Amino acid sequence: MAIEVPDVRESFSQAIYTVTLGATPQEGGTRERTVTVGGERALPFHHFDGEIPHPPVVAMEVWDIPPQDWPPVVRTPFQDVLDDPGRWAAKCVEEYGADLICLRLVGCDPNGANRSPEEAVQAVRRVLEAVKVPLIIWGCGAPDKDNDVFPAVAEAAQGENCLLGTITEDNYKTLTALATAYGHKVIAESPVDINIAKQVNILAMDAGFPLEGLVMYPSTAALGYGLEYVYTIMERTRIAGLRGDKLMAMPMLVDVGREAWGVKEARAPKEEQPQWGDERVRGPFWEAATAYTYLLAGADILIMRHPEAVRATKLTIGKLMGEGA
Amino acid sequence: MAKKLTGIEIYKLLPRTNCRDCGFPTCMAFAMQVAAKKVALDQCPHVSEEAKAALGEAQAPPMRTVTIGTGDRAWEVGGETVLFRHEEKFHRPCAIAVRVPDDLPPEGLSAQVKEATSLRFIRIGQEIGVNLIAVEHRGGDFPAAVQAARESTDLPLMLICEDPDLLGKALAACGDGRPLLYPATPGNLEAMAALAKEHSCPLGVKGDGVEGLAELTGRLKELGVEELILDPGARGLLPTLTALVRLRRLALVKTFRPVGYPTLAFASGDDPWELLAQGVAYVCKYASVVVLPRIGPELALPLLTARQNIYTDPQVPNAIEAKLYEVGGPGPDSPVLVTTNFALTYFTVEGEVERSKVPAYIAVIDTEGLGVLNAYADDRLTAEKIIKTVREYGVMDRVNHNKLIIPGLVAVLRMEIQEETGWEVIVGPEDAAGIPAFLKNEWKPN
Repeated sequence: MAIEVPDVRESFSQAIYTVTLGATPQEGGTRERTVTVGGERALPFHHFDGEIPHPPVVAMEVWDIPPQDWPPVVRTPFQDVLDDPGRWAAKCVEEYGADLICLRLVGCDPNGANRSPEEAVQAVRRVLEAVKVPLIIWGCGAPDKDNDVFPAVAEAAQGENCLLGTITEDNYKTLTALATAYGHKVIAESPVDINIAKQVNILAMDAGFPLEGLVMYPSTAALGYGLEYVYTIMERTRIAGLRGDKLMAMPMLVDVGREAWGVKEARAPKEEQPQWGDERVRGPFWEAATAYTYLLAGADILIMRHPEAVRATKLTIGKLMGEGA
Repeated sequence: MAKKLTGIEIYKLLPRTNCRDCGFPTCMAFAMQVAAKKVALDQCPHVSEEAKAALGEAQAPPMRTVTIGTGDRAWEVGGETVLFRHEEKFHRPCAIAVRVPDDLPPEGLSAQVKEATSLRFIRIGQEIGVNLIAVEHRGGDFPAAVQAARESTDLPLMLICEDPDLLGKALAACGDGRPLLYPATPGNLEAMAALAKEHSCPLGVKGDGVEGLAELTGRLKELGVEELILDPGARGLLPTLTALVRLRRLALVKTFRPVGYPTLAFASGDDPWELLAQGVAYVCKYASVVVLPRIGPELALPLLTARQNIYTDPQVPNAIEAKLYEVGGPGPDSPVLVTTNFALTYFTVEGEVERSKVPAYIAVIDTEGLGVLNAYADDRLTAEKIIKTVREYGVMDRVNHNKLIIPGLVAVLRMEIQEETGWEVIVGPEDAAGIPAFLKNEWKPN
């Protein structure tokens, strides 16, 4: 007496845009491999609904200046390379299997080292020479300074098809123009707000930038620090995109390492919080758990820091994509 | 949301005699009123028992709620109504169960039970912790192990044992504690159902896939056991996730009654990284009970925090207690910052203050869980309220300066506070990310 079980597969009218980063010599760049994300016509890892052609990828974070606020657990693996973005990037790719490098131009921050556009270009060149994977280049976040730095940076990386970030509702014209001129993609940032997220995409489109060249960054919260808001915004965005909203059908990026390593659950040494256990285990777990949650909300690119968390996240992505099944 | 019967469907259940005994001119008119929930079905004196049952069934929630254990530590699971948090909310946080094998030496077993029970933490004013101890038969003395576990914890138990005789013996040690019995399988179904009924325990059903489960729940229902929790039998990350999504959609989208129950998922393997990945995935996607082997606090804390996040009601502003918070051990020279009690705002501010390494007081104003701009727009963050709250906290008496830092987004309140109190009111950054630079470069007590 077999029971007839209803079919619950859901088919979606639209696939997420496919975005390729990096360019090989044939394509006008110098990368040995490119990275493609997006293209899915299904909710995250709901393979029964539709095709998921490209797995999410992990970018590892490299700074143009040695970071001061990274706790020892995540600093130690990079101790020998922190003063050289090139060697740092090479270690991430060769030893830890990073799919991409996210070079963060923290040193340009006018409230910090206030480094010049020329110095930023040097860091970009160092990383481009040291590794052959695609690059994400993330500004210091001060809009005026970013607008000073990116013209030189975008030009220096001409043809490499990097992902540059970020554009916001208030600052999108410079970077979209530069990305168009020098052949790059752009990160569209919004402050945990689905309406603003869409608005930024519209502004970029109206500025003549193709929707297929955008990756959405809905902001990121660490596990335990508002993660559920971002999680839900991402779910809503992804559902809207799959159901046909072309202005919401971009791949999504989350900045996991930066947020996860900023909270005390990841940082506090065991001496301070004995009931939380060993921070050398707990810190990477915190970063990985944050990443896992966002994977299920639809993240296509995750920026991460700790080698162990990166390794575990890549392994988990493989399992979620059905590898080894 | 249960599938509602339409007027036509109800009409078909009526005698269709148009006798008017219900007070309506026709059976159809009556049926339309019942469908609109304006009158009750029993207003028809001739309605059959079958019709009443059918209507009751249709109005039942699509997923049952099941309680494990009794007393303060009892844990309710299921009763979920949506696939995504934003559609309403997730109602009942899934239970986290930790497995303890019965072949450990007695003192080892007792220690592991106590260790799992002690995995409790306070976050954002809430206690989060492990909810169930799952004693698993692995060839040891199961009844003795259950007895020992029972004496070592106040948490409800899950009893994992396929042999109904042994399970029955162990149940004697549980009194009326309503442990979750597991697994009912095609091979032991009747005996397990009898135990569940006799001890009024919830019953975990292990099926071979969704189809297998549907068949087993049908038989259990006939046997009168409906406090069920479903294990689709899949193991490993992707197969389990897939089965859980399918069960949830069947229960809620298709109102497919045979699987309208809470679900159970095992995190398998012994690599803690894999356990964490599975645990987080099953919390996000639809397990009502997540069973793990022995875990340490390093894994329990992120997993329990993920559960707390995912099960937060998105309709209720997430508020923290409005009080004076001290970050980094502030002293008389330390700055005093004002912010709201919206949890996300507060924790962002707190995080940035910590990052700045400048010890500080944070005076949190009760804005009923609204962020700075919303609270200002809603008159819940006013100069008057800031003054009153800061005075109540007495913080200006604890510092050797008279400076108060207000959020940059409400710079407009500066003069009013300053004139009313004589404090020197300083406008802080608009975005919390600016706090470290602000405190390092601009803050001076005198």
